[in-house]
Amino acid sequence: MTNDTGGDVRLSGISKHYGSFTAVHPLDLTVPQGSFFALLGASGCGKTTTLRMIAGLEEPSGGTVHLGEQDVTVLPPYKRPVNTVFQSYALFPHLDIFENIAFGLRRRGIKSVKKQVDDMLDLVQLGEHARKKPHQLSGGQQQRVAVARALINHPRVLLLDEPLGALDLKLRRQMQLELKRIQTEVGITFVHVTHDQEEAMTMADTVAVMNAGRVEQLGSPSDLYENPRTTFVANFLGTSNFIAAEVDSTSGDDVVLKAGGGKLTLPAARCSAPATTGGKVLAGVRPEKISLTHADDAGGIPAGRNRISGRIAGSSFIGVSTQYVVDSPVCPEFEVYAQNVDRDERLVPGADVVLHWNPAHTFGLDAAQDIDAGIQEEAAS
Amino acid sequence: MTAVNWLKRNLVVIAGLLTLAYLLLPNVVVTVFSFNQPKGRFNYEWQEFSTAAWRDPCGVSGLCGSLGISLQIAFWATVGATLLGTMIAFALVRYRFRARGAVNSLIFLPMAMPEVVMAASLLTLFLNLGAQLGFWTILIAHIMFCLSFVVTAVKARVMSMDPRLEQAAQDLYAGPLQTFLRVTLPIAAPGIAAGAMLAFALSFDDFIITNFNAGSTVTFPMFVWGSAQRGTPVQINVIGTAMFVVAVLLVLVSMAIGNRRKKHKA
Amino acid sequence: MSTLTEAPPPLAPTEPARKPPRRRGRLVPYWLLLPGILWLIVFFALPMIYQASTSVQTGSLEEGYQVTWRFATYWDALSGYYPQFLRSVLYAGSATILCLVLGYPLAYLIAFRAGRWRNLIMILVIAPFFTSFLIRTLAWKTILADGGPVVGVLNTLHVLDVTSWLGMTQGDRVLATPLAVVTGLTYNFLPFMVLPLYTSLERIDPRLHEAANDLYARPVTTFRKVTFPLSMPGVVSGTLLTFIPAAGDYVNADLLGSTDTRMVGNVIQTQFLRVLDYPTAAALSFILMAAILVMVTLYIRRSGTEDLV
Repeated sequence: MTNDTGGDVRLSGISKHYGSFTAVHPLDLTVPQGSFFALLGASGCGKTTTLRMIAGLEEPSGGTVHLGEQDVTVLPPYKRPVNTVFQSYALFPHLDIFENIAFGLRRRGIKSVKKQVDDMLDLVQLGEHARKKPHQLSGGQQQRVAVARALINHPRVLLLDEPLGALDLKLRRQMQLELKRIQTEVGITFVHVTHDQEEAMTMADTVAVMNAGRVEQLGSPSDLYENPRTTFVANFLGTSNFIAAEVDSTSGDDVVLKAGGGKLTLPAARCSAPATTGGKVLAGVRPEKISLTHADDAGGIPAGRNRISGRIAGSSFIGVSTQYVVDSPVCPEFEVYAQNVDRDERLVPGADVVLHWNPAHTFGLDAAQDIDAGIQEEAAS
Repeated sequence: MTAVNWLKRNLVVIAGLLTLAYLLLPNVVVTVFSFNQPKGRFNYEWQEFSTAAWRDPCGVSGLCGSLGISLQIAFWATVGATLLGTMIAFALVRYRFRARGAVNSLIFLPMAMPEVVMAASLLTLFLNLGAQLGFWTILIAHIMFCLSFVVTAVKARVMSMDPRLEQAAQDLYAGPLQTFLRVTLPIAAPGIAAGAMLAFALSFDDFIITNFNAGSTVTFPMFVWGSAQRGTPVQINVIGTAMFVVAVLLVLVSMAIGNRRKKHKA
Repeated sequence: MSTLTEAPPPLAPTEPARKPPRRRGRLVPYWLLLPGILWLIVFFALPMIYQASTSVQTGSLEEGYQVTWRFATYWDALSGYYPQFLRSVLYAGSATILCLVLGYPLAYLIAFRAGRWRNLIMILVIAPFFTSFLIRTLAWKTILADGGPVVGVLNTLHVLDVTSWLGMTQGDRVLATPLAVVTGLTYNFLPFMVLPLYTSLERIDPRLHEAANDLYARPVTTFRKVTFPLSMPGVVSGTLLTFIPAAGDYVNADLLGSTDTRMVGNVIQTQFLRVLDYPTAAALSFILMAAILVMVTLYIRRSGTEDLV
């Protein structure tokens, strides 16, 4: 690349309608050169449509697509310096692996492709399979051919449409690391579409969570996980517990909430709802941040922690941790993940317990939204 | 008891094989009677073994000429029907357009129409237009009734084709023409080949429509028909047997090549 | 020196001349359809119209024909040739049922029981096509010949007594009787039954049979409740592909039958090519077409299958 912004992808006000259905609402998005960017969302959220508009396979109803300084909105796909790794790969069944990888070079009139194709086969470790047909390879191998076929063209941006969706869990983990390695090695901008939140968080530098044709939140994986700004993001990325609360007072950097009979504290910086006294707020906390103490030992809990009492409704042992479901007056099904370090034998269903956590781990969301947004979708995928 | 059980379990196999025998019996008779030396004009009764007809397959006047005409017509009908039919199939699968229902009916109806009806109505048209019946009217008729079968065969193949393959080609710098030539056509090829083979077989073996629209031109089936009235030369059986053997050999050879290629690649 | 270290100036922000919204091939489908559809309109649809008009004309070959809207031709054709119409339906119907009964086991055999013989059997089903069907039909003259082995066996088993009593044969003869014609029709259109049956049977997941067996269905019940219903599309298209050409056929009736087995196809052929009574021939052909279209439509509606092709 001759200039630093050559691999930026800039979407300005881009949108897509199908008849009266809006697949993508006007959307502004900049993917910086060299980054690994993930579009995360449930099926039908508009992430694939967005990707296809960057590729030129879908014509936007409005807005523009820029690659660096170049407006490519009206360029057909075969004139864009962008390549795609398709869902289920779309390898040409009538061509062997070598010819599949050489396809793009040949179309651009490059005669001596042998060296480049061989190098690319080495990069994806498929050297000895060059003369096989796609159907003779395993899923993981086909996936690597699809990546090689796109990368050999040195695209300014590589688009990946659910590239690992067809692989089994173990292979998927392996390919996630593999793709990350390749991206670091070649330094090309990757835009990755997926419905798998773990995949997005493992691989991407920046994740855009999409829902119903809009970007709900954009940020680094840890930022999205720790500071979700909507219930959708909080539920779609991992699991969250919500307590319906009311603002009691604000003191310094903290907001004090009233929930049931007790008080909860959270940092004002982590409250995305307006903290006016009497205002409704959803206080959220991740299950793994919570400690569980038997009610008999409640006296030993350090002061200054948020605490809620409840009764264990169920527990399941899953090896590294135990997952508890706790019924409490402020939240019917509180989820708690406890590391299996020193197991307290008294923590069985029916036991009275106190849940407590560091107030800094609490986040506050606007109460005027669906508490369960994003749960169904994730379960379905 | 075990014999009864065996019979019960394999009843469907036995019935199927009997049907197969019923299907093949006439071919056996045709083959056997190609070595016959009939006494009269008709070759329906076994007399004595002879290879005379095999040594002189064109020994009957008009026979090999009619075979040539049939092959020519079948060839051109295949070319025409395959070309037009493939275009229609692509339009039907790949595009949205008005009057799709009418087009579909127009494709389906010739296949749901007794041949004699199409034959008679086409003859009415040619008579009304004052067309000279012969090679060209036969060819026109054959392209007409082969077309629908080609459309059906190609459509099935193109429909099962992943549209992402063409998108992938476009993504990899192939323009519309390159995409068609390098990806679409090669992948649709088996469907097109199947349609072409069907068209060739249908055209070569057609009698009813040809009989109405041939004028004084004599195709091979018409030659056979005429000889059924005047006297059946043994050479007819020779040609029939040869065609059968050639067809089976061609299929077996192509299958063997396919198998070897598969093994070689694996 | 500085020019070397400086990054080249960024490409001038191009304002690409906005083409009118891409109309990627809005006319393409019509160009693709045009030649083939035109061919079908001119050589399939138009002739039907000509034929309809011919059927209501009067006149003679010498003086020419005029449209006089003489619908009586239809009445004359029907009343004059109703036995042939009935025979067509009867023979084609019997052949279709026989094809189904004979073809189903064969299709089932190829789909589920043939194993490595599958391809060979498929070839044997299709290969006879390459021997002209007229030659193969003539072979039945030899097979069913008077005093031949087939007739002999049927005679010893007293089958011929039964068929004569049913009016399907006469005396010691099979040739030149309805039985011969139906045998020929069944034989000629059997592959058109076997192939669609095979296609729809082959799509059935064999695990469904295991599931049915697992759920206490005996083989016969499995067939009745699982296999056969799932093969319905094949049954429907197979019966249509057999019945339609059989009803219009005149070759079998001509080669294997007698003047008492003439079907409507024979009449149309004779009227058109020998008697040259075009209005009557056109009317007969029109009636046949209409009858078949009505039957096919009713049949498809009843069996509820839509994609035949």
